[in-house]
Amino acid sequence: MPDSAKTNKPYAIRKYSPEELKGALKKMYLIRKFEEGAEESYMRGLIHGTMHLSIGQEASAVGSCMSLTDDDKITSTHRGHGHCVAKGAELSKMFAEFFGKETGYCKGRGGSMHIADPSKGNLGANGIVGGGLPIAVGAALSAKRLGTGAVTVCFFGDGANNEGAFHEALNMAKVWNLPVVFVCENNKYGMSTSTERSTAVKNIAERAAAYAMPGVTVDGNDFSAVTEAVDAAVERARNGEGPSLVENLTYRWRGHSKSDRNRYRTKEEIAEWQGRDPIVAMGKLLMEHKIATDDEISAIEAEADQIIKDAIQFATEGADPRIEEVTRDVYTEEAAS
Amino acid sequence: MNAHSKTDIRELSYAEAIREAMDIAMANDERVILMGEDIGVYGGAFGVTGDLIEKYGPDRVMDTPISELGGAGVAVGAALTGLRPIFEFQFSDFATLGMEQIVNQAAKIRYMLGGAVSVPVVMRFPAGSGTGAAAQHSQSLEAWTAHVPGLKVVQPATPEDAKGLLLAALEDPDPVMIYEHKILYKMKGHVPEGHYTTPIGKAAIVREGKDLTIVATAIMVHKALEAAEKLAAEGIDVEVIDLRTVRPMDRETVLASVRKTGRLICVYEGVKTLGVGAEVSAMVAESDAFDFLDAPIVRLGGAECPIPYNPELEKAVVPQVPGIIDAARNLAKGRI
Repeated sequence: MPDSAKTNKPYAIRKYSPEELKGALKKMYLIRKFEEGAEESYMRGLIHGTMHLSIGQEASAVGSCMSLTDDDKITSTHRGHGHCVAKGAELSKMFAEFFGKETGYCKGRGGSMHIADPSKGNLGANGIVGGGLPIAVGAALSAKRLGTGAVTVCFFGDGANNEGAFHEALNMAKVWNLPVVFVCENNKYGMSTSTERSTAVKNIAERAAAYAMPGVTVDGNDFSAVTEAVDAAVERARNGEGPSLVENLTYRWRGHSKSDRNRYRTKEEIAEWQGRDPIVAMGKLLMEHKIATDDEISAIEAEADQIIKDAIQFATEGADPRIEEVTRDVYTEEAAS
Repeated sequence: MNAHSKTDIRELSYAEAIREAMDIAMANDERVILMGEDIGVYGGAFGVTGDLIEKYGPDRVMDTPISELGGAGVAVGAALTGLRPIFEFQFSDFATLGMEQIVNQAAKIRYMLGGAVSVPVVMRFPAGSGTGAAAQHSQSLEAWTAHVPGLKVVQPATPEDAKGLLLAALEDPDPVMIYEHKILYKMKGHVPEGHYTTPIGKAAIVREGKDLTIVATAIMVHKALEAAEKLAAEGIDVEVIDLRTVRPMDRETVLASVRKTGRLICVYEGVKTLGVGAEVSAMVAESDAFDFLDAPIVRLGGAECPIPYNPELEKAVVPQVPGIIDAARNLAKGRI
């Protein structure tokens, strides 16, 4: 930390190698393009149901996972595609899941709201607001008891901070001093209701004080600011210093879900936040610090485009689940009584 | 009172049997932890965990805050990541506060994730009336969780099964809900030493008979047995089945008995409408055993009423031995 005073370079530039930083930018592009590809597929009628897109929130997802290993866990939300990519998921299996295929992460049983990749420590998105919070505390309890050294990052939105589960989970995490980092992605609205109308405190991070843990609010569209706050929290957790709360202020460019007519926010507000594109900002950061040239960034974007194209192809070609297997995995087969 | 008990062999109370099961499991497997409200030095509201904290310490016998939703969720998350938690709801009524984690999470995570994970969590629910604790501390809500695919739901009626079903639940990779009847906690009965399991999904014929079948759960098994003894004196030979597991239900044992006796009474403490007995009845009505019925199926369940405080009222809203005898007598008419 004292180093920061000696240099003007932002935290992420000091902390991460050029390759890691370019990898982070690539993941941010992958998230953006995954969401756009999913949206387009939905419009074309290739995907049914609904989805919650995280376009505009890419720095929060990628930045928060930067210092995590595959042994570390995350719990995610209904707006979870970005977290899944950030934690290292294969785009092809994600798309296949969206397309409802047997080749998808959940074999077509979960869909957008339940994508998980336990092999990379992603315990899953969650359709219940606040549902992942106590589960994250449980994962942290396992890590502590089993001595794995793993940290759990628990993503949740501003809406979840008014669920009882949020308060119960933070309290228990502190009482038992567990290695968990609560990352609130505050995109200003729980569906249509603004935090001003729903939440008694100005910043959700203030609620950390009620549970005697560090709480900090950062610009969630600033990759370096996110990594600086979350990395410090992860380090505290890993060192046995217990839980923290980080609030990433961000914005979803799209509506809450496919039913949203955007009647609760202005075009001007949306445009303003689109002017604060986290991916553009990340590109500028890398160029400013001579990590990547404009051409290299274009190449990274093109690479992401190709991965998405291939992933959609993979998804399209995947086998459909068999109707006669619809009840498979309700219970563990070998234990079926 | 207990069909399994003999005076010349080791007896434990139902609560002691549960504690012994937890003790055996914890000694054998470091991953097993207990979580719940006041289960530590207090020993649990019904004394079930007793002094286990002295043997295993507060890291494995964890007092939770009064946070049923959060606590249940922590148990689910811990089960998902390598531990084998046993979570005690202090009263089964309080599980209403934790239903989100039971119904939306524990029951569905394996399926939603395409079988990539399992959730081996065990939850214990002290249930039932008879303690004078009135409407919010006396319910029998096992049908709530039994309605949810992905969960297994058991209701031990004896100390032997209380131990065996808990040990079976711990070996099961899926979430198992154990409804323990509070009035049974002090009941003594034979309990084998050491490790054994009672199979989940298997009913027990606790009294053989040929004239009519009573399918009962939890404390009603004992009331049915008492009724059966009295009915035997009148020449009515009752078969009593202890259902033991509500989900998955032991279809074969029930149907075979009904085919034999041609008469069925379901006795359960939960509210009669849409309760366990409704499922048992439907299972019979939808099967070939229906053809063997000589009379309509009878259900004796809880009244359409919250559990009242006054002791006489409290008794009146759940099936009692005289009511079971009357129902059996009426049903057996024309057969004997």
